[in-house]
Amino acid sequence: MTWRSALPALVTLALIILFAAGLKRGDPGEITSPFLGKPAPALDMADLFAPETRISGTELSGSAYVLNVWGTWCRECYREHETLLQIARQNTVPLIGLNWRDDRARALAYLQQYGDPFARVGSDPNGRNAIDWGVYGAPETFLIDADGVVLHKHIGPITWSIWERDFLSRLQPQPARTAASTAAR
Amino acid sequence: MSERLYRPCSTSRALGTVLAWFCVAWSFGIDTSTLDDPGLRARYEVLIEELRCLVCQNQTIADSNAELAVDLRTQVRKMLVAGRSDDDIRDYMTDRYGDFVLYRPPLKRRTVALWFAPLVGFGLGALALWRVVRRSQRAVTPDDGVARANEPT
Repeated sequence: MTWRSALPALVTLALIILFAAGLKRGDPGEITSPFLGKPAPALDMADLFAPETRISGTELSGSAYVLNVWGTWCRECYREHETLLQIARQNTVPLIGLNWRDDRARALAYLQQYGDPFARVGSDPNGRNAIDWGVYGAPETFLIDADGVVLHKHIGPITWSIWERDFLSRLQPQPARTAASTAAR
Repeated sequence: MSERLYRPCSTSRALGTVLAWFCVAWSFGIDTSTLDDPGLRARYEVLIEELRCLVCQNQTIADSNAELAVDLRTQVRKMLVAGRSDDDIRDYMTDRYGDFVLYRPPLKRRTVALWFAPLVGFGLGALALWRVVRRSQRAVTPDDGVARANEPT
């Protein structure tokens, strides 16, 4: 009979543990990309600097790259800009910019004023590419390996420690594998 | 989440509230008029009520006027006009945004608990209630030992 009287307390405790675990799981608003570990979606955008040239995913594949979604209207993008420049200086992997729902002239002025970290930048004025990549806010940053597989997606502004922890660490085994596969060929 | 800035939410909170009211007012006049075919328009209205706006996450893309919701609605319309089925459109969205984009999550191994936990909870509650009721009933029935002891012999 004693265990019965303890039952409500036990159930309550179990619920508390369940809810605490749920709260610890992090931001539920942050959506895990369905592309992780899968081939990158198609990319086809006009070059920001030369609108008649296209930047396509097929053209970018063959080596790893980072796709950064940004806009001049996005204040958090401004916040991460210094880190992007730092990443560009380090020169381990090319940064590809996706200028999302933006005005071309404003985007060009922004890059001129704050510096251009991108190897290539494309514009996506109507958000077609962004939808294909499951983008729902800016900034978002994707890491794509040499085989065109999405290794990681970061939501929100990137910092140097995030870059080292989530991006560089995933890039490290890359050269070894490509070396091995070229040797095998 | 609060760290991130989205285009429609990039204004200060006070201004955001004002804008939100405008959005609400504005959303009553959503651009369904661009679909002339009444059949397509009916399907369109059902679909946009089922899809979540990922920027203002507790709104459907029908309710939200975040720019992403506008883009997603345009995409739904385009696909409808192109003759794609409702399932094609739902698949298109889940391929890109995951199941979270659907207000009605699909029944999968991962969502079994989501779908059936309420039912199990209801069942357990009903069982507990039934037992309590039965016990209290038995306490007052005349053929109960205690009750009979009180009867005159």
